[in-house]
Order: sequence, then structure tokens, then C-alpha cells
Amino acid sequence: MSNLSKLQQVLDSDQFAVTAEIGPPKHSSSEGIRHHAEMMRDYVDATNITDNQTAIVRMSSIAAGAHVLNSGIEPIIQMTCRDRNRIAIQSDLLGAYSLGMCNVLCLSGDHQKFGNHPTAKNVYDVDSMQLIENLRRMRDEKVFFCGEAIKEAEPQFFIGAVANPFADPFEFRVDRLEKKVNAGAQFIQTQCIFDMERFERFMEMVRERGLDQRVHILAGVTPMKSWKAASYMQNNVSGMIVPNELVERLKNAEDPKREGLDICIEQIKYIKEKVKGVHGVHIMAIAWEEVVPEIVEKTGLYPRPKVG
Amino acid sequence: MPEFEPKIVAFCCRYCAYTAADLAGSMRLQYSPNIRVVEMPCSGTIEHGLILNAFEKGVDGVYIAGCNLGDCHFLKGNVRAIKRVAAVKKILDEIGLGGQRLEFFHIPASEGTKFAKVANEMTERIRQLGPSPLNKNAAGNAQKEGGQTV
Amino acid sequence: MIVAQQKPISEIAQMISDCKKVLFLGCAGCVTVCLSGGEKETDVLASAIRIKRTLENNPLEATTFTCTRQCDPEYIAGIDNLVKDVDAIVSLACGVGVQYLAERFMDKWVVPAMDTKFAGGSVVHGLWEEKCGLCGECILHRTGGICPIIRCSKSILNGPCGGSQYGKCEINKDIDCAWQLIYDRMKALGKLDKLMEIQPLKDWSKSRDGGPRKSIREDVMIDE
Repeated sequence: MSNLSKLQQVLDSDQFAVTAEIGPPKHSSSEGIRHHAEMMRDYVDATNITDNQTAIVRMSSIAAGAHVLNSGIEPIIQMTCRDRNRIAIQSDLLGAYSLGMCNVLCLSGDHQKFGNHPTAKNVYDVDSMQLIENLRRMRDEKVFFCGEAIKEAEPQFFIGAVANPFADPFEFRVDRLEKKVNAGAQFIQTQCIFDMERFERFMEMVRERGLDQRVHILAGVTPMKSWKAASYMQNNVSGMIVPNELVERLKNAEDPKREGLDICIEQIKYIKEKVKGVHGVHIMAIAWEEVVPEIVEKTGLYPRPKVG
Repeated sequence: MPEFEPKIVAFCCRYCAYTAADLAGSMRLQYSPNIRVVEMPCSGTIEHGLILNAFEKGVDGVYIAGCNLGDCHFLKGNVRAIKRVAAVKKILDEIGLGGQRLEFFHIPASEGTKFAKVANEMTERIRQLGPSPLNKNAAGNAQKEGGQTV
Repeated sequence: MIVAQQKPISEIAQMISDCKKVLFLGCAGCVTVCLSGGEKETDVLASAIRIKRTLENNPLEATTFTCTRQCDPEYIAGIDNLVKDVDAIVSLACGVGVQYLAERFMDKWVVPAMDTKFAGGSVVHGLWEEKCGLCGECILHRTGGICPIIRCSKSILNGPCGGSQYGKCEINKDIDCAWQLIYDRMKALGKLDKLMEIQPLKDWSKSRDGGPRKSIREDVMIDE
């Protein structure tokens, strides 16, 4: 079998892609996910399905992905290295592919210390770089991670990875992105961008090395509901940079939610028009999925291209 | 019933508290006769085991007396003693004997009066706490154990 | 060295609450160096538990001894007479020592007084830190002498992850990001290009994942 990724078709045909994010629930009902998927269906090319994000137990990303797929939207399965060894990762991803999911996003995963099971044992058998490389080998060389041949129906993954321009050491972030591209990453989603100046410096280095020609980069954005949320991210989330001006702007706003949306819309427009080498936007509306259609419409990214 | 007379061991640094004890004597100061003074080359030579040993042998209270901060003949012996006393206090609390039976005091060589004052204060504190349950000779405990006295 | 830390006194006391006569056995190896299970600590622990038991009207006869090493059969062979009539042995060695005692003294109740924590070294007197993950296949030549297996919270071999900021690990501001340290050192050595090589999947079978391990040196083995 061969699944054709719509996301890949959009990106490969040089169109500005839009992805969003759906967080599976902390229970066993699919109602909420299906609702969010239906709401976003016409507005995005694919949605990430997070994998026990911040190490809090949630419905499995692949099961949630199946619900999303049934609701007519293409999932991007997030796969962290925290909870599964190389046996479970391959097995789960073969299963995902058999259900029609071909987009995989490879991540290290937040440390379990942050979640609701801080006394859990972590796995980290494989790191995100190795995951990318070995998924590529599964597809291109038709071999399992161990080198043994996949005799038939090798999965044709569209392989994604993440990049965080706001983590340190800054100079090495572009090196590491290059390393991921060398490993086999075909698309990149970045950490939420709030510090536009730093992102532009990052992209400048990316363009200098021609990496934007070798991989599709989707800029991550997050609409914020309140100055408190912004301030929390500023102070408590490692690997994030939230400028003070942004916090102040939300603080002084009459309608902070409106302001948060406006900021996000401005950011997307700016990135799309001014930052060269960016091939799409990844909207992470954390626990605020209902605003995605409005953001997409107001940034002129609606309607989405028809492919396949 | 005779009043409880605590037995207290005072580990005294030779360069300060022990000299202060001499001075108190020369000054003809009256201080608690419940104190048994042990001369130490420095308060920093005190060990956790030594303190616990004294309690095991049945003393009701222990204190370590060293120089003022910055005056230690060996530079930091008193600082170390303070940390060890704190650690043993924790152990005493944990095993149920109570950390209040142990203390550290700064007593400079020139302060005979402070030596006497500390001796009296510590005696009063231990008297309030009552005899150590490990003190077989204390009036109260001896009665509990059937009147045996050694 | 192996770094171990004593369990709370009450926990140790609980393990031997029904014993009347106990040997507290220290070890003069690693735990002496990391000031947790040597001769002094053994005496203090025995003394503390003796006092506790007396206060509870359940007196304990506790003796103490410190072996040269509890992880070597020849050194524990010498304590047979000390063990003969005790109800239990409280070992202040690492988990290795406890097991050697349990193997030799099959009819004795052997309990651990320590939590064995890590392979590490001292930073300053009184502070020890983890340095080696005992993974069975050293890669320090590829990472500037800094071990990502154990010093990176996620054991990432192609780091640093996106949680590294201002030189610190995402899980705790007191933990240096191992990959920041690796980057800095490789940069100083002019070897940053080495970090561009993708480190392949690790063979964890050489670590504990391959089952309990043995190390053999045939030439020093004594033939019977």
C-alpha cells in the first residue's frame, strides 16, 4: 500500500502550508477530537496529534489520529522517544501507516518530570535524530532499525522533525537542523515564535546554508489568551523566548483574547511576507482550537489548495 | 523524691571555653555542679559518634563550647562543630531522644561569666526536660525500673 | 566510585524491629570515601538505633565491624565468627555488598542500610555527582569527555534537545545541559565538525538491557 500525504503534495508544489494541532483528551471519548477535526477540516492541510504532550497521559496519538482521519483531516502523528523503545516505535508506526497515516513528526519528548507521572521510568532508547534516520531507512532502504529487510509493504513515511531557534546554544541550532535534514527530515516545524528578531536571524543562517531548499520549514505560532499565559511561558517553559513587549501588549489590551489573536495574525502575515525560506505555518492553539479557522481566514490562507 | 539533678557533659575547646572555665574558677563564680567538662583540642574535633556515645552512657545533656566565629585557632573548627551538632540534633529528634538535649555555644576565653551562665542555662533546660530515658541512675527512671540504682 | 546514601534511620530500624542481636557492617571501600557507610557512619548508625530501641523498651544488642570490602568474598569470609549468633546483618555497603553477604550467610536476614545511587565523584567535600552511566561501551571520545548517556536527562546522543536554555537542562535549573558542555568543549578543541556526524543507535545490549553482565580476565584467573 502507499499512502499519499496531502501535506507533502502541498509543500512539494510550493504552496504555503497550514498545519494545526489537536491534543488528544485525558479520557477515552473521541467526541472532542472529532469536533475539533471537523471544525478545522477545511482550514488546514494536516493536524499534528500530540503524543502525551508534557508527559501527561492522554489518548494515544495514533488512536486519536484514526479518529481525526475518519473526520476527513490528515493527521501528523507525533512520536516521542520518551515512552517507547525501538521495537514499540516501529510497531506503532507500522500500525499507524496501516490505518492510513503517513506523516510522522519525530521528537525527543518533554521529560516525564513535567507530567502527571513524574516517577515513571523513561526510555530514550532512540533519540529524535536516530528516529528520523531510521524511518528514512525503513522507507528508502526497506529495512527495520536493526537492518533486517522489510520484505513487503514498507511504510512510505513523510518525515517531519522539530527545530527550536530559541534554545541554546543558538549557533548550533542551525547545525542541528542541518543534521536532521541529513538524517532524512522532509519538513520541519519550529517551536512557537514570539521573538521574531531571533527567528529571522535563525532563518538567515538557514538560507545561507541553503537548508530552506532541502527541507520545508513551517513556522510555529501560538495565539495567547492572556498576559498571564504569556508570562508563564516566559518564565517557566525552557526553550521559549517571550519578549516583554508582547506580555505588556496583552496586559494593556481591553480585550486580551482579541489582542492575542491579532498578534498571532500579524505574526503569520509577517512571516509569510517578510521571512524568506518559510514554507508554511504551524498553528499551535493550545486548548483554543476553535480560533484556528478565523486565524487562517484573516491571514488570507483560506481556502486551502485542493490536492491529490 | 529528691529533685532531678541532670548530668551534663560539656565538650570544651582548650583555646576558649576550657580557659573560660578556669577563669570562672579564679573569679570564684558559682556555676552549676552538674557539668562535667571534657577538654578538647578544638571544638572541631567533636564527632557524631562521641556525642551519641555520651547519650548512650546515660548523660542527660551534652553541649559543645567553641570559639566565636572567626576566632578558631584552627580557622574553621568551630564552624564544623556547629554543622555536626546540627546533624546530631536531627538524629536525636529522629530516634526520639530530642535534639534539645544537645547544643553548641560560643564561649571566648575571656568570658568566665558566660561560661557560668551557659552552664546554669543548660542545667535549667535539661532539668525542665527531665532525665534522659537512658539515664538508669536518675531518680525518676530508677523508680520506673523497680527501684534499682547503680 | 559507587556513591550511596544512608536510608532514614526509622526505615532501617523497621527492617530489624523483630531482631534482638544485630551486626552493623560497614565497608571500607567506596562508601567510606563518600562518607556514608564507613567505620564512623557504622558506629553512629548502630548507636542511634540502639538508643531508639531502648526508648521503645525493645533493647537491641548491636555490634559493629567494617570490612575492607564487602564486594569481595575473601573479605567477608573473615567475619563468619561475628555473624554466627546475630539475628540480622545491616549492611552499610552498596547493593553489591548486601548481596555478597546474603549469598554467604544464607540463614541470616541481611538488610540494606543504604540507597545505592550512582557512579560518580566528588565536587567538593560533602558533595558528589553522577558522572558515568555504566552503559558498557564508552563514547566519551566522541563527546569531548562529557557523558550524555547519564548527564543528559534524556540520554540524547545527538543533542542538545530543544529544552536546553542558558546552559541549563529543562528539568532543573541546577543541572547543566550536558550537550551545552559538550558543544563548548568541542568548540574550544576546534572539533565542532565531529558533532555533525549522526551518532547511530546505541547498542544497549552492552548495558543492563542485555541482562546481568560479567567481566572476565582469563589470564589472572587461578586454575584449581
